[in-house]
Amino acid sequence: MKSATSAEIKSTGDSTSSTHPAKHLVQVEGLSKTFDLSASWLSRLLSGRQASLLHAVDNVSFTIARGTTLAIVGESGCGKSTLARLLVGLHSPTEGRVLFDGTDNAVARPLNQRIQMIFQDPYASLDPRWTVGDIVAEPLLEHGLARPGPELQHRVSALLESVGLSGSDLSRFPHQFSGGQRQRISIARALATEPDFLVCDEPTSALDVSVQAQVLNLMRDLQRDRGLTYLFISHNLAVVRYVADSVGVMYLGRLVEWAPKSRLFSRPQHPYTRMLLDAIPKLRDTGRSRTPVQGEVPDPLNPPSGCAFHPRCPLANERCERERPQLISTDTGSDLGSNRGSNSGRVACHAVQEGRIGFSGT
Amino acid sequence: MVMNLLEVNNLVVEFPTRRGLLRALDGVSLTIAPGEILGVVGESGAGKSLTGAAIIGLLDPPGRISSGEIHLAGERIDQYSADQMRGIRGRRIGAIFQDPLASLDPLYSIGHQLIETIRTHLPLTAGQARQRAIELLEETGIPAAAERINHYPHQFSGGMRQRVVIALALAAEPQLVIADEPTTALDVSIQAQVIGLLKRICHDRGAAVMLITHDMGVIAETCDRVAVMYAGRIVEIGPVQQVIHAPAHPYTVGLMASIPDLETDLERLAQIDGAMPRLDAIPPGCAFHPRCPRVFERCRFERPELLDAGTSRAACWLHAPEVAP
Repeated sequence: MKSATSAEIKSTGDSTSSTHPAKHLVQVEGLSKTFDLSASWLSRLLSGRQASLLHAVDNVSFTIARGTTLAIVGESGCGKSTLARLLVGLHSPTEGRVLFDGTDNAVARPLNQRIQMIFQDPYASLDPRWTVGDIVAEPLLEHGLARPGPELQHRVSALLESVGLSGSDLSRFPHQFSGGQRQRISIARALATEPDFLVCDEPTSALDVSVQAQVLNLMRDLQRDRGLTYLFISHNLAVVRYVADSVGVMYLGRLVEWAPKSRLFSRPQHPYTRMLLDAIPKLRDTGRSRTPVQGEVPDPLNPPSGCAFHPRCPLANERCERERPQLISTDTGSDLGSNRGSNSGRVACHAVQEGRIGFSGT
Repeated sequence: MVMNLLEVNNLVVEFPTRRGLLRALDGVSLTIAPGEILGVVGESGAGKSLTGAAIIGLLDPPGRISSGEIHLAGERIDQYSADQMRGIRGRRIGAIFQDPLASLDPLYSIGHQLIETIRTHLPLTAGQARQRAIELLEETGIPAAAERINHYPHQFSGGMRQRVVIALALAAEPQLVIADEPTTALDVSIQAQVIGLLKRICHDRGAAVMLITHDMGVIAETCDRVAVMYAGRIVEIGPVQQVIHAPAHPYTVGLMASIPDLETDLERLAQIDGAMPRLDAIPPGCAFHPRCPRVFERCRFERPELLDAGTSRAACWLHAPEVAP
């Protein structure tokens, strides 16, 4: 064991990651977050109502390899933003843990400068009364990485330049910038502490497509230059295809499929993933008419029994109604973790596991 | 050629401000034939929603139509008073907006709102109107419509609310429906249902649709023709196949290339550098020239009108007869 670790250090000895032998920068184990939305104890007692618990994130496990991007996709209410907040420590988990570079995230809280977050709405995430210079300098001061003075100014200018803004934008205010430029400011702020891991919650959803392309390209360049690891939350599968190395699909708080990008898009397994892929209007199919899957995401306060997707699933049977499927590898049927080959995926679906579902290419 | 249901000629919309007039729409011309779906696409601030608002007479003051004409089935409507427009809106032009919750009154049941709309525009009794409202809800795919008609907007999900809004817009059998980002607030699986519904229901009734959206995928799947807007002007208009697969204007080319593709792995997204100009700083000549990869001398001084470019029309000097090979 010891020798293996030292060998790994040796093999990457000239890179900066030599001090971090863990292959997976982020390891999420059985993570759950439950919100208690019940009325007060007394009014429950008087009215005889049950406690109501919202399982926003329900027993989610995954790993993210250093320098790669994991994208989490799903529709509104599937728990993807709660997951993002759990990873940066804005929520504390009800169960499970997040290992960051081998250590428990909860221990390193609250000021972990190695993890930063980029939010969806660049209009809400920047204080309108602060100058851009103050906004970008704040994390440096907060973490004690710089003192006010010319050196700080210099570092902030360099950060702004690294995201394609000008150092002379320091004294301007957020309202003087467009949406895309504001998102660049958010990225500069996130990069100030030189983090390893960026959690991006729908970073381009509020932007126009041409501006989105600029921001996505910038994020890709930064990843390459700085070896960043991303968790990229999005509802847009086309964007996910562009940015991700691996993809997790969430439905009602649970991870229903996880696969390397190439596999997820060429051979989607879970009926929900297939439905999502089919639901997106395609540029190439002008005038094509589809028969969209019926139904909507159920009430998360009162989720269906068994597999949460079964009321909408064309392949559901009695077992799906009764028994909740586990997330297991699709290749060998072996348990999670025993097969981490580059092209193996995992899926939580009885129909897939029983072979009731047909694939093109298998 | 079929007579156009909607004809917009050289529409100019201006906003007076303390620093002078802002020209938000500058010479927009388009037509929609009966039963046709015209997509209007563009980035925020390009003027696509404003075009829709001007047609239905819902420009926010102090914005006003300062020149140009709007004809609905041959009748000029741009100079109508607010009262006259009220008789056209809902009756002859239906409107669907992005946020269904904002289009519905939270204090009244959806049945009340539907019946009120129907009776405002059609000579029906309360009982007949109720029957018609139930039929409309059934047609838009709301289960147990006879019971749901008594429910209030907050009791419906987002997708169901948008179905109610579609039922409201179609209540008086309008000739034209203006749908402004009708699916932007919805999840993809619901979006597909709502687009399918809108397309089917308008087709069944022969209503023309102006579909305003920023989503090229929705346009590709739904529309017959598409108009691409940039900085208050239409830069390209033509059959949807043509505009998407063989765009004629450099802006459309850049826009199409910057959309991430669901079906192929891209090494790098093409990007148009810079941003659309603000209304108070529109460059002279072609408004796109500072960002255009194919700019030449004429673009900097002379503004191009829509010129023939294959089966579509593009406002670009590349398509001027003297430049063409």
